[in-house]
Amino acid sequence: MGTDPIIVTAALTRHYGALVAVDRLDLSVRQGVIFGLLGPNGAGKTTTIKMLTTLLPPTSGEARVAGFEVSAQPREVRRRIGYVPQMVSADGALTARENLTLSARLYRLPRAERRERITAALEFMGLAAAAEQLVRTYSGGMIRRLEVAQAMLHRPAVLFLDEPTLGLDPLARRAVWERLENLRGQWGTTVLITTHDMEEADVLCGEVALMHQGRIAALGAPEKLKREIGPDATLDDVFARVAGGTIETGGHYRDVRRARSTARRLG
Amino acid sequence: MTSGAPAAPRAAWADVAAIVEFCVQSLAVADAELRKLVRDPTELLTRAVQPALWLIIFGEVFTRVKAIPTGNLSYLEFMAPGVLAQSVLFSAIFFGIAVIWERDLGIVHKMLVSPAYRGALVMGKALSAGLRGLSQAVIIYVLALVMGIRLQYSPLSLVGVVAVVMLGSALFATFSLIVACLVKTRERFMGIGQVLTMPLFFASNAIYPLAIMPRWLQVVARVNPLTYVVDALRGLMVQGGHSVLGTWTDLGLQAAVFIVLLTIAAKLYPGLVR
Repeated sequence: MGTDPIIVTAALTRHYGALVAVDRLDLSVRQGVIFGLLGPNGAGKTTTIKMLTTLLPPTSGEARVAGFEVSAQPREVRRRIGYVPQMVSADGALTARENLTLSARLYRLPRAERRERITAALEFMGLAAAAEQLVRTYSGGMIRRLEVAQAMLHRPAVLFLDEPTLGLDPLARRAVWERLENLRGQWGTTVLITTHDMEEADVLCGEVALMHQGRIAALGAPEKLKREIGPDATLDDVFARVAGGTIETGGHYRDVRRARSTARRLG
Repeated sequence: MTSGAPAAPRAAWADVAAIVEFCVQSLAVADAELRKLVRDPTELLTRAVQPALWLIIFGEVFTRVKAIPTGNLSYLEFMAPGVLAQSVLFSAIFFGIAVIWERDLGIVHKMLVSPAYRGALVMGKALSAGLRGLSQAVIIYVLALVMGIRLQYSPLSLVGVVAVVMLGSALFATFSLIVACLVKTRERFMGIGQVLTMPLFFASNAIYPLAIMPRWLQVVARVNPLTYVVDALRGLMVQGGHSVLGTWTDLGLQAAVFIVLLTIAAKLYPGLVR
Protein backbone atom coordinates (compact mmCIF):
# COMPACT_ATOMS: atom_id res chain seq x y z
CA MET A 1 0.00 0.00 0.00
CA GLY A 2 1.53 3.26 -1.10
CA THR A 3 1.45 6.48 0.84
CA ASP A 4 0.63 8.71 -2.14
CA PRO A 5 -2.88 10.07 -1.90
CA ILE A 6 -5.25 8.32 -4.32
CA ILE A 7 -7.81 11.14 -4.28
CA VAL A 8 -6.63 14.75 -4.37
CA THR A 9 -8.78 17.80 -4.94
CA ALA A 10 -7.63 21.38 -5.29
CA ALA A 11 -10.14 24.21 -4.83
CA LEU A 12 -12.88 21.92 -6.17
CA THR A 13 -16.03 23.99 -6.56
CA ARG A 14 -19.56 23.43 -7.81
CA HIS A 15 -22.28 26.03 -8.15
CA TYR A 16 -25.95 25.37 -8.82
CA GLY A 17 -27.08 28.78 -9.99
CA ALA A 18 -26.49 31.06 -7.03
CA LEU A 19 -26.05 28.17 -4.59
CA VAL A 20 -22.47 27.12 -3.84
CA ALA A 21 -22.82 23.39 -3.12
CA VAL A 22 -19.09 22.68 -2.83
CA ASP A 23 -16.80 25.59 -2.04
CA ARG A 24 -13.06 25.40 -2.90
CA LEU A 25 -12.66 21.94 -1.42
CA ASP A 26 -9.13 20.68 -0.75
CA LEU A 27 -9.20 17.01 0.07
CA SER A 28 -6.57 14.30 0.18
CA VAL A 29 -7.33 10.62 0.74
CA ARG A 30 -4.60 8.06 1.31
CA GLN A 31 -4.63 4.74 -0.50
CA GLY A 32 -6.23 1.84 1.33
CA VAL A 33 -8.31 3.70 3.91
CA ILE A 34 -12.03 3.80 4.44
CA PHE A 35 -12.72 7.50 4.30
CA GLY A 36 -15.97 9.05 5.51
CA LEU A 37 -17.41 12.26 4.14
CA LEU A 38 -19.72 13.39 6.92
CA GLY A 39 -22.25 16.12 7.29
CA PRO A 40 -25.93 16.98 7.36
CA ASN A 41 -28.13 16.88 4.26
CA GLY A 42 -27.14 19.69 1.95
CA ALA A 43 -23.53 19.91 3.17
CA GLY A 44 -22.22 19.05 -0.30
CA LYS A 45 -21.35 15.37 0.19
CA THR A 46 -23.29 13.99 -2.77
CA THR A 47 -22.16 16.83 -5.02
CA THR A 48 -18.55 16.05 -4.10
CA ILE A 49 -18.95 12.34 -4.80
CA LYS A 50 -20.63 13.08 -8.14
CA MET A 51 -17.70 15.23 -9.19
CA LEU A 52 -15.15 12.61 -8.08
CA THR A 53 -17.00 9.92 -10.05
CA THR A 54 -17.10 12.09 -13.23
CA LEU A 55 -20.90 12.37 -13.20
CA LEU A 56 -20.88 16.09 -12.57
CA PRO A 57 -18.39 18.55 -14.10
CA PRO A 58 -16.87 20.89 -11.51
CA THR A 59 -17.54 24.61 -11.89
CA SER A 60 -13.87 25.20 -11.12
CA GLY A 61 -10.92 23.52 -9.45
CA GLU A 62 -9.40 20.10 -10.01
CA ALA A 63 -9.74 16.57 -8.77
CA ARG A 64 -7.43 13.64 -9.43
CA VAL A 65 -8.67 10.13 -8.73
CA ALA A 66 -6.36 7.11 -9.09
CA GLY A 67 -3.88 9.31 -10.92
CA PHE A 68 -6.20 10.93 -13.48
CA GLU A 69 -8.00 14.24 -13.63
CA VAL A 70 -11.79 13.85 -13.56
CA SER A 71 -12.62 16.46 -16.23
CA ALA A 72 -9.67 15.92 -18.53
CA GLN A 73 -9.49 12.09 -18.43
CA PRO A 74 -12.91 10.88 -17.32
CA ARG A 75 -12.67 7.49 -19.06
CA GLU A 76 -9.38 6.68 -17.33
CA VAL A 77 -10.94 7.59 -14.01
CA ARG A 78 -14.05 5.51 -14.74
CA ARG A 79 -11.98 2.40 -15.46
CA ARG A 80 -10.47 2.63 -11.99
CA ILE A 81 -13.45 3.42 -9.80
CA GLY A 82 -16.66 1.77 -8.63
CA TYR A 83 -19.74 3.65 -7.49
CA VAL A 84 -22.83 2.74 -5.51
CA PRO A 85 -25.29 5.62 -5.68
CA GLN A 86 -27.64 6.49 -2.84
CA MET A 87 -30.65 5.32 -4.81
CA VAL A 88 -31.23 1.72 -5.84
CA SER A 89 -29.03 1.09 -8.87
CA ALA A 90 -29.46 -2.67 -9.28
CA ASP A 91 -32.10 -3.52 -11.87
CA GLY A 92 -35.05 -5.20 -10.14
CA ALA A 93 -36.31 -6.79 -13.35
CA LEU A 94 -33.06 -8.75 -13.79
CA THR A 95 -31.49 -11.48 -11.67
CA ALA A 96 -28.34 -10.81 -9.64
CA ARG A 97 -26.28 -12.75 -12.17
CA GLU A 98 -27.75 -10.76 -15.07
CA ASN A 99 -27.02 -7.48 -13.29
CA LEU A 100 -23.42 -8.57 -12.80
CA THR A 101 -23.11 -9.82 -16.37
CA LEU A 102 -24.21 -6.42 -17.67
CA SER A 103 -21.51 -4.72 -15.58
CA ALA A 104 -18.88 -7.24 -16.65
CA ARG A 105 -19.63 -6.50 -20.30
CA LEU A 106 -19.75 -2.73 -19.90
CA TYR A 107 -16.34 -2.88 -18.20
CA ARG A 108 -15.14 -5.36 -20.84
CA LEU A 109 -13.86 -8.01 -18.47
CA PRO A 110 -12.20 -10.77 -20.49
CA ARG A 111 -14.82 -13.36 -21.40
CA ALA A 112 -12.75 -16.20 -19.92
CA GLU A 113 -12.75 -14.57 -16.49
CA ARG A 114 -16.32 -13.31 -16.48
CA ARG A 115 -18.15 -16.34 -15.12
CA GLU A 116 -15.56 -17.04 -12.50
CA ARG A 117 -15.43 -13.46 -11.25
CA ILE A 118 -19.19 -13.15 -11.13
CA THR A 119 -19.49 -16.37 -9.14
CA ALA A 120 -16.71 -15.25 -6.80
CA ALA A 121 -18.36 -11.85 -6.30
CA LEU A 122 -21.71 -13.47 -5.51
CA GLU A 123 -20.09 -15.76 -2.96
CA PHE A 124 -18.07 -12.95 -1.41
CA MET A 125 -21.25 -10.93 -0.88
CA GLY A 126 -23.21 -13.91 0.41
CA LEU A 127 -25.60 -13.95 -2.55
CA ALA A 128 -24.66 -17.23 -4.27
CA ALA A 129 -27.89 -18.96 -3.27
CA ALA A 130 -30.03 -16.08 -4.59
CA ALA A 131 -28.04 -15.54 -7.80
CA GLU A 132 -30.85 -16.58 -10.18
CA GLN A 133 -33.61 -14.69 -8.36
CA LEU A 134 -35.05 -11.45 -9.67
CA VAL A 135 -33.55 -8.59 -7.67
CA ARG A 136 -37.01 -7.16 -6.98
CA THR A 137 -37.53 -10.07 -4.57
CA TYR A 138 -34.38 -9.12 -2.60
CA SER A 139 -34.28 -7.49 0.83
CA GLY A 140 -32.68 -4.06 1.19
CA GLY A 141 -29.46 -5.49 2.59
CA MET A 142 -29.15 -8.00 -0.23
CA ILE A 143 -29.67 -5.26 -2.83
CA ARG A 144 -26.91 -3.14 -1.28
CA ARG A 145 -24.52 -6.11 -1.20
CA LEU A 146 -25.31 -6.86 -4.84
CA GLU A 147 -24.60 -3.25 -5.73
CA VAL A 148 -21.25 -3.42 -3.98
CA ALA A 149 -20.51 -6.63 -5.87
CA GLN A 150 -21.37 -4.88 -9.14
CA ALA A 151 -19.19 -1.89 -8.31
CA MET A 152 -16.26 -4.16 -7.36
CA LEU A 153 -16.39 -6.60 -10.24
CA HIS A 154 -13.66 -4.85 -12.25
CA ARG A 155 -11.48 -4.51 -9.08
CA PRO A 156 -11.43 -0.72 -8.93
CA ALA A 157 -8.76 1.15 -6.97
CA VAL A 158 -11.39 3.36 -5.37
CA LEU A 159 -14.93 2.50 -4.38
CA PHE A 160 -17.42 5.33 -3.81
CA LEU A 161 -20.59 4.74 -1.82
CA ASP A 162 -23.22 7.39 -1.25
CA GLU A 163 -25.06 6.71 2.04
CA PRO A 164 -24.48 2.94 1.75
CA THR A 165 -26.58 1.84 4.72
CA LEU A 166 -29.37 4.42 4.68
CA GLY A 167 -32.65 2.67 5.41
CA LEU A 168 -31.10 -0.69 6.33
CA ASP A 169 -31.84 -2.49 9.58
CA PRO A 170 -28.92 -2.87 12.08
CA LEU A 171 -28.12 -6.42 11.05
CA ALA A 172 -28.03 -5.61 7.33
CA ARG A 173 -25.92 -2.56 8.07
CA ARG A 174 -23.35 -4.66 9.88
CA ALA A 175 -23.22 -7.11 7.01
CA VAL A 176 -22.46 -4.28 4.57
CA TRP A 177 -19.77 -2.86 6.87
CA GLU A 178 -18.10 -6.25 7.18
CA ARG A 179 -17.94 -6.70 3.42
CA LEU A 180 -16.45 -3.25 2.91
CA GLU A 181 -13.82 -3.93 5.55
CA ASN A 182 -13.06 -7.28 3.89
CA LEU A 183 -12.68 -5.62 0.50
CA ARG A 184 -10.19 -3.19 1.91
CA GLY A 185 -8.31 -6.01 3.60
CA GLN A 186 -8.29 -8.31 0.59
CA TRP A 187 -7.68 -5.91 -2.31
CA GLY A 188 -6.38 -2.79 -0.61
CA THR A 189 -9.32 -0.91 -2.08
CA THR A 190 -9.71 2.67 -0.99
CA VAL A 191 -13.31 3.24 0.06
CA LEU A 192 -14.96 6.64 0.22
CA ILE A 193 -18.41 6.81 1.74
CA THR A 194 -20.75 9.67 2.52
CA THR A 195 -22.90 9.37 5.58
CA HIS A 196 -24.70 11.40 8.18
CA ASP A 197 -24.75 8.40 10.49
CA MET A 198 -22.12 9.00 13.19
CA GLU A 199 -22.07 5.39 14.32
CA GLU A 200 -21.25 4.28 10.78
CA ALA A 201 -18.40 6.78 10.64
CA ASP A 202 -17.09 5.68 14.03
CA VAL A 203 -17.20 1.94 13.35
CA LEU A 204 -16.18 1.85 9.71
CA CYS A 205 -13.99 4.81 8.85
CA GLY A 206 -10.27 5.16 9.48
CA GLU A 207 -10.48 8.82 8.62
CA VAL A 208 -13.31 11.30 8.30
CA ALA A 209 -13.92 14.78 6.94
CA LEU A 210 -16.79 16.77 8.41
CA MET A 211 -18.42 18.85 5.70
CA HIS A 212 -20.36 21.99 6.43
CA GLN A 213 -21.78 24.35 3.81
CA GLY A 214 -19.61 22.97 1.05
CA ARG A 215 -16.34 23.10 2.97
CA ILE A 216 -14.37 20.82 5.26
CA ALA A 217 -14.88 21.83 8.87
CA ALA A 218 -12.76 19.12 10.51
CA LEU A 219 -10.53 16.31 9.30
CA GLY A 220 -8.79 13.33 10.88
CA ALA A 221 -9.22 9.91 12.49
CA PRO A 222 -12.50 9.68 14.46
CA GLU A 223 -10.62 8.96 17.74
CA LYS A 224 -8.33 11.94 17.28
CA LEU A 225 -11.21 14.32 16.53
CA LYS A 226 -13.14 13.12 19.56
CA ARG A 227 -10.10 13.29 21.86
CA GLU A 228 -9.52 16.90 20.92
CA ILE A 229 -12.96 17.82 22.27
CA GLY A 230 -12.62 15.89 25.52
CA PRO A 231 -13.34 12.52 27.17
CA ASP A 232 -16.58 10.77 26.15
CA ALA A 233 -17.04 13.16 23.24
CA THR A 234 -18.91 11.84 20.19
CA LEU A 235 -18.55 12.80 16.54
CA ASP A 236 -21.79 14.76 16.98
CA ASP A 237 -20.01 16.87 19.60
CA VAL A 238 -17.13 17.39 17.21
CA PHE A 239 -19.51 18.58 14.56
CA ALA A 240 -21.34 20.87 16.98
CA ARG A 241 -18.01 22.44 17.90
CA VAL A 242 -16.81 23.09 14.35
CA ALA A 243 -20.11 23.98 12.72
CA GLY A 244 -21.92 25.58 15.61
CA GLY A 245 -24.94 23.29 15.35
CA THR A 246 -25.86 19.64 15.45
CA ILE A 247 -25.50 17.38 12.48
CA GLU A 248 -29.18 16.58 12.36
CA THR A 249 -30.17 20.10 11.36
CA GLY A 250 -30.46 21.30 7.80
CA GLY A 251 -31.50 19.38 4.72
CA HIS A 252 -33.60 20.42 1.78
CA TYR A 253 -37.00 19.08 0.87
CA ARG A 254 -35.46 17.32 -2.13
CA ASP A 255 -32.84 15.50 -0.06
CA VAL A 256 -35.37 14.42 2.51
CA ARG A 257 -37.72 13.14 -0.18
CA ARG A 258 -34.94 11.24 -1.90
CA ALA A 259 -33.65 9.73 1.34
CA ARG A 260 -37.15 8.60 2.26
CA SER A 261 -37.88 7.05 -1.08
CA THR A 262 -34.55 5.23 -0.99
CA ALA A 263 -35.29 3.95 2.49
CA ARG A 264 -38.71 2.77 1.35
CA ARG A 265 -37.30 0.82 -1.57
CA LEU A 266 -34.62 -0.80 0.52
CA GLY A 267 -36.77 -1.48 3.57
CA MET B 1 10.28 13.29 -33.61
CA THR B 2 9.24 9.80 -34.52
CA SER B 3 7.97 9.03 -37.98
CA GLY B 4 4.22 8.80 -38.56
CA ALA B 5 4.40 5.49 -40.41
CA PRO B 6 4.28 3.03 -37.47
CA ALA B 7 1.69 5.16 -35.69
CA ALA B 8 -0.83 4.91 -38.52
CA PRO B 9 -1.58 1.17 -38.33
CA ARG B 10 -1.66 1.40 -34.56
CA ALA B 11 -4.25 4.18 -34.79
CA ALA B 12 -6.26 2.06 -37.23
CA TRP B 13 -6.15 -0.82 -34.78
CA ALA B 14 -7.28 1.45 -32.01
CA ASP B 15 -10.25 2.45 -34.18
CA VAL B 16 -11.18 -1.18 -34.81
CA ALA B 17 -10.88 -1.97 -31.10
CA ALA B 18 -13.05 1.03 -30.27
CA ILE B 19 -15.73 -0.10 -32.74
CA VAL B 20 -15.69 -3.62 -31.30
CA GLU B 21 -15.96 -2.19 -27.79
CA PHE B 22 -18.85 0.03 -28.87
CA CYS B 23 -20.69 -2.99 -30.30
CA VAL B 24 -20.05 -5.22 -27.25
CA GLN B 25 -21.39 -2.53 -24.93
CA SER B 26 -24.44 -1.79 -27.11
CA LEU B 27 -25.29 -5.48 -27.25
CA ALA B 28 -24.85 -5.85 -23.48
CA VAL B 29 -27.42 -3.12 -22.85
CA ALA B 30 -29.79 -4.47 -25.52
CA ASP B 31 -29.46 -8.01 -24.13
CA ALA B 32 -30.47 -6.87 -20.62
CA GLU B 33 -33.45 -4.97 -22.04
CA LEU B 34 -34.53 -7.94 -24.12
CA ARG B 35 -34.45 -10.25 -21.08
CA LYS B 36 -36.79 -7.90 -19.26
CA LEU B 37 -39.12 -7.75 -22.24
CA VAL B 38 -39.32 -11.52 -22.67
CA ARG B 39 -39.91 -11.96 -18.96
CA ASP B 40 -42.86 -9.61 -18.91
CA PRO B 41 -44.52 -9.43 -22.32
CA THR B 42 -47.84 -7.96 -21.10
CA GLU B 43 -46.86 -4.58 -22.50
CA LEU B 44 -46.40 -6.05 -25.96
CA LEU B 45 -49.78 -7.77 -25.87
CA THR B 46 -51.69 -4.69 -24.72
CA ARG B 47 -50.06 -2.82 -27.56
CA ALA B 48 -51.78 -5.19 -30.01
CA VAL B 49 -55.19 -3.70 -29.19
CA GLN B 50 -54.74 -0.35 -30.86
CA PRO B 51 -53.58 -1.55 -34.30
CA ALA B 52 -56.35 -4.13 -34.25
CA LEU B 53 -58.93 -1.38 -33.71
CA TRP B 54 -57.49 0.74 -36.50
CA LEU B 55 -57.52 -2.11 -39.00
CA ILE B 56 -60.80 -3.76 -38.02
CA ILE B 57 -62.91 -0.62 -37.49
CA PHE B 58 -61.33 2.31 -39.29
CA GLY B 59 -59.91 0.15 -42.09
CA GLU B 60 -63.06 -1.83 -42.79
CA VAL B 61 -65.27 1.29 -42.83
CA PHE B 62 -63.01 3.27 -45.13
CA THR B 63 -62.65 0.29 -47.45
CA ARG B 64 -66.43 0.48 -47.96
CA VAL B 65 -66.72 4.24 -48.45
CA LYS B 66 -63.84 4.33 -50.98
CA ALA B 67 -63.22 7.97 -50.07
CA ILE B 68 -59.45 7.86 -50.32
CA PRO B 69 -57.72 7.18 -53.66
CA THR B 70 -55.31 4.30 -53.09
CA GLY B 71 -54.57 3.25 -56.67
CA ASN B 72 -54.38 -0.46 -57.28
CA LEU B 73 -54.58 -1.30 -53.56
CA SER B 74 -57.67 -1.77 -51.42
CA TYR B 75 -57.84 0.72 -48.56
CA LEU B 76 -56.98 -2.01 -46.03
CA GLU B 77 -53.91 -2.97 -48.04
CA PHE B 78 -52.98 0.68 -48.28
CA MET B 79 -53.29 1.33 -44.56
CA ALA B 80 -51.73 -1.87 -43.16
CA PRO B 81 -48.16 -0.47 -43.50
CA GLY B 82 -49.43 2.80 -42.02
CA VAL B 83 -50.81 1.01 -39.00
CA LEU B 84 -47.51 -0.84 -38.52
CA ALA B 85 -45.64 2.47 -38.71
CA GLN B 86 -48.10 3.89 -36.19
CA SER B 87 -47.44 1.00 -33.78
CA VAL B 88 -43.72 1.57 -34.20
CA LEU B 89 -44.18 5.26 -33.43
CA PHE B 90 -46.48 4.80 -30.45
CA SER B 91 -44.39 2.11 -28.77
CA ALA B 92 -41.14 4.02 -29.27
CA ILE B 93 -42.27 7.56 -28.46
CA PHE B 94 -42.86 6.77 -24.77
CA PHE B 95 -39.51 5.02 -24.46
CA GLY B 96 -38.11 8.01 -22.58
CA ILE B 97 -40.40 7.37 -19.64
CA ALA B 98 -38.47 4.17 -18.84
CA VAL B 99 -35.24 6.14 -19.00
CA ILE B 100 -36.58 8.72 -16.54
CA TRP B 101 -37.64 5.85 -14.29
CA GLU B 102 -34.12 4.41 -14.45
CA ARG B 103 -32.71 7.79 -13.60
CA ASP B 104 -34.93 8.12 -10.52
CA LEU B 105 -33.75 4.67 -9.42
CA GLY B 106 -30.05 5.31 -9.93
CA ILE B 107 -29.57 2.81 -12.77
CA VAL B 108 -28.51 5.59 -15.15
CA HIS B 109 -25.88 6.72 -12.61
CA LYS B 110 -24.42 3.23 -12.54
CA MET B 111 -24.27 3.07 -16.34
CA LEU B 112 -22.63 6.48 -16.65
CA VAL B 113 -19.93 5.74 -14.09
CA SER B 114 -18.80 2.80 -16.23
CA PRO B 115 -16.23 3.50 -18.93
CA ALA B 116 -18.74 2.45 -21.61
CA TYR B 117 -19.14 4.81 -24.56
CA ARG B 118 -22.10 7.09 -23.93
CA GLY B 119 -23.14 6.47 -27.52
CA ALA B 120 -23.08 2.71 -26.90
CA LEU B 121 -25.39 3.07 -23.92
CA VAL B 122 -27.88 4.95 -26.12
CA MET B 123 -27.36 2.56 -29.04
CA GLY B 124 -28.17 -0.41 -26.78
CA LYS B 125 -31.44 1.24 -25.80
CA ALA B 126 -32.24 2.03 -29.44
CA LEU B 127 -31.51 -1.56 -30.42
CA SER B 128 -33.88 -2.88 -27.78
CA ALA B 129 -36.53 -0.46 -29.05
CA GLY B 130 -35.97 -1.93 -32.50
CA LEU B 131 -36.67 -5.42 -31.20
CA ARG B 132 -39.80 -4.13 -29.48
CA GLY B 133 -40.86 -2.72 -32.85
CA LEU B 134 -40.41 -6.14 -34.47
CA SER B 135 -42.89 -7.64 -32.03
CA GLN B 136 -45.39 -5.06 -33.31
CA ALA B 137 -44.69 -6.19 -36.86
CA VAL B 138 -45.47 -9.79 -35.90
CA ILE B 139 -48.81 -8.67 -34.46
CA ILE B 140 -49.72 -6.73 -37.63
CA TYR B 141 -48.77 -9.68 -39.87
CA VAL B 142 -50.97 -12.00 -37.83
CA LEU B 143 -53.87 -9.53 -37.99
CA ALA B 144 -53.38 -9.11 -41.73
CA LEU B 145 -53.38 -12.86 -42.24
CA VAL B 146 -56.62 -13.23 -40.29
CA MET B 147 -58.26 -10.33 -42.13
CA GLY B 148 -57.17 -11.55 -45.54
CA ILE B 149 -54.94 -8.58 -46.36
CA ARG B 150 -52.51 -9.73 -49.05
CA LEU B 151 -48.97 -9.11 -47.78
CA GLN B 152 -45.65 -10.04 -49.35
CA TYR B 153 -43.89 -12.96 -47.75
CA SER B 154 -40.78 -13.15 -49.93
CA PRO B 155 -37.54 -13.28 -47.93
CA LEU B 156 -36.31 -10.04 -49.48
CA SER B 157 -39.42 -8.10 -48.52
CA LEU B 158 -39.39 -9.54 -44.99
CA VAL B 159 -35.75 -8.55 -44.53
CA GLY B 160 -36.63 -5.08 -45.78
CA VAL B 161 -39.55 -4.78 -43.36
CA VAL B 162 -37.33 -5.89 -40.46
CA ALA B 163 -34.77 -3.23 -41.38
CA VAL B 164 -37.32 -0.43 -41.70
CA VAL B 165 -39.16 -1.35 -38.50
CA MET B 166 -35.94 -1.57 -36.48
CA LEU B 167 -34.57 1.66 -37.89
CA GLY B 168 -37.87 3.50 -37.39
CA SER B 169 -38.23 2.25 -33.81
CA ALA B 170 -34.64 3.16 -32.99
CA LEU B 171 -35.13 6.60 -34.48
CA PHE B 172 -38.26 7.48 -32.51
CA ALA B 173 -36.96 5.88 -29.29
CA THR B 174 -33.79 7.95 -29.50
CA PHE B 175 -35.88 11.04 -30.15
CA SER B 176 -37.91 10.14 -27.06
CA LEU B 177 -34.72 9.71 -25.05
CA ILE B 178 -33.62 13.20 -26.08
CA VAL B 179 -36.95 14.61 -24.87
CA ALA B 180 -36.50 12.70 -21.58
CA CYS B 181 -33.02 14.19 -21.13
CA LEU B 182 -34.44 17.68 -21.66
CA VAL B 183 -37.52 17.50 -19.43
CA LYS B 184 -36.21 15.02 -16.80
CA THR B 185 -39.53 14.42 -15.01
CA ARG B 186 -42.27 11.91 -15.79
CA GLU B 187 -45.10 14.42 -15.57
CA ARG B 188 -43.62 16.81 -18.09
CA PHE B 189 -42.60 13.94 -20.34
CA MET B 190 -46.11 12.47 -20.47
CA GLY B 191 -47.49 15.86 -21.45
CA ILE B 192 -45.02 16.30 -24.29
CA GLY B 193 -45.42 12.69 -25.44
CA GLN B 194 -49.17 13.13 -25.78
CA VAL B 195 -48.73 16.37 -27.69
CA LEU B 196 -46.25 14.83 -30.13
CA THR B 197 -47.83 11.53 -31.13
CA MET B 198 -51.00 12.68 -32.85
CA PRO B 199 -49.42 15.40 -35.03
CA LEU B 200 -46.65 12.99 -36.06
CA PHE B 201 -49.26 10.41 -37.02
CA PHE B 202 -51.76 12.65 -38.85
CA ALA B 203 -49.10 14.74 -40.57
CA SER B 204 -47.87 11.62 -42.37
CA ASN B 205 -48.96 9.37 -45.20
CA ALA B 206 -49.99 6.59 -42.79
CA ILE B 207 -53.75 6.60 -43.54
CA TYR B 208 -54.00 8.79 -46.65
CA PRO B 209 -51.57 9.39 -49.52
CA LEU B 210 -49.34 12.47 -49.74
CA ALA B 211 -50.98 13.42 -53.03
CA ILE B 212 -54.37 14.34 -51.53
CA MET B 213 -52.94 16.52 -48.75
CA PRO B 214 -53.11 20.31 -48.92
CA ARG B 215 -49.81 21.83 -49.97
CA TRP B 216 -48.74 22.97 -46.48
CA LEU B 217 -49.44 19.55 -44.98
CA GLN B 218 -47.40 17.90 -47.71
CA VAL B 219 -44.46 20.06 -46.67
CA VAL B 220 -44.91 19.06 -43.01
CA ALA B 221 -45.29 15.40 -43.96
CA ARG B 222 -42.10 15.49 -46.01
CA VAL B 223 -40.04 16.54 -42.96
CA ASN B 224 -41.81 14.00 -40.72
CA PRO B 225 -39.64 10.86 -40.42
CA LEU B 226 -42.77 8.73 -40.04
CA THR B 227 -43.64 9.46 -43.69
CA TYR B 228 -40.45 7.71 -44.79
CA VAL B 229 -41.12 4.73 -42.53
CA VAL B 230 -44.63 4.37 -44.02
CA ASP B 231 -43.45 4.90 -47.58
CA ALA B 232 -40.74 2.24 -47.31
CA LEU B 233 -43.14 -0.22 -45.67
CA ARG B 234 -45.76 0.40 -48.34
CA GLY B 235 -43.28 -0.63 -51.00
CA LEU B 236 -42.02 -3.68 -49.11
CA MET B 237 -45.02 -5.10 -47.27
CA VAL B 238 -48.00 -5.18 -49.58
CA GLN B 239 -48.49 -7.15 -52.78
CA GLY B 240 -48.59 -4.59 -55.58
CA GLY B 241 -47.60 -1.80 -53.22
CA HIS B 242 -44.93 0.67 -54.21
CA SER B 243 -42.85 3.34 -52.56
CA VAL B 244 -43.55 6.88 -53.82
CA LEU B 245 -40.23 8.36 -52.68
CA GLY B 246 -37.97 5.34 -53.33
CA THR B 247 -37.07 2.64 -50.79
CA TRP B 248 -33.39 3.59 -50.71
CA THR B 249 -34.19 7.25 -50.21
CA ASP B 250 -36.50 6.28 -47.35
CA LEU B 251 -33.89 4.07 -45.71
CA GLY B 252 -31.05 6.51 -46.26
CA LEU B 253 -32.96 9.43 -44.75
CA GLN B 254 -34.00 7.37 -41.73
CA ALA B 255 -30.44 6.23 -41.16
CA ALA B 256 -29.11 9.78 -41.43
CA VAL B 257 -31.72 11.15 -39.01
CA PHE B 258 -31.04 8.29 -36.61
CA ILE B 259 -27.30 8.96 -36.57
CA VAL B 260 -27.87 12.66 -35.91
CA LEU B 261 -30.30 11.86 -33.07
CA LEU B 262 -27.92 9.24 -31.64
CA THR B 263 -25.11 11.79 -31.54
CA ILE B 264 -27.32 14.35 -29.80
CA ALA B 265 -28.65 11.77 -27.33
CA ALA B 266 -25.12 10.59 -26.44
CA LYS B 267 -24.24 14.19 -25.63
CA LEU B 268 -27.37 14.78 -23.52
CA TYR B 269 -27.58 11.41 -21.70
CA PRO B 270 -24.94 12.26 -19.04
CA GLY B 271 -26.91 15.44 -18.22
CA LEU B 272 -29.72 13.26 -16.92
CA VAL B 273 -27.91 12.69 -13.60
CA ARG B 274 -26.54 16.19 -12.99
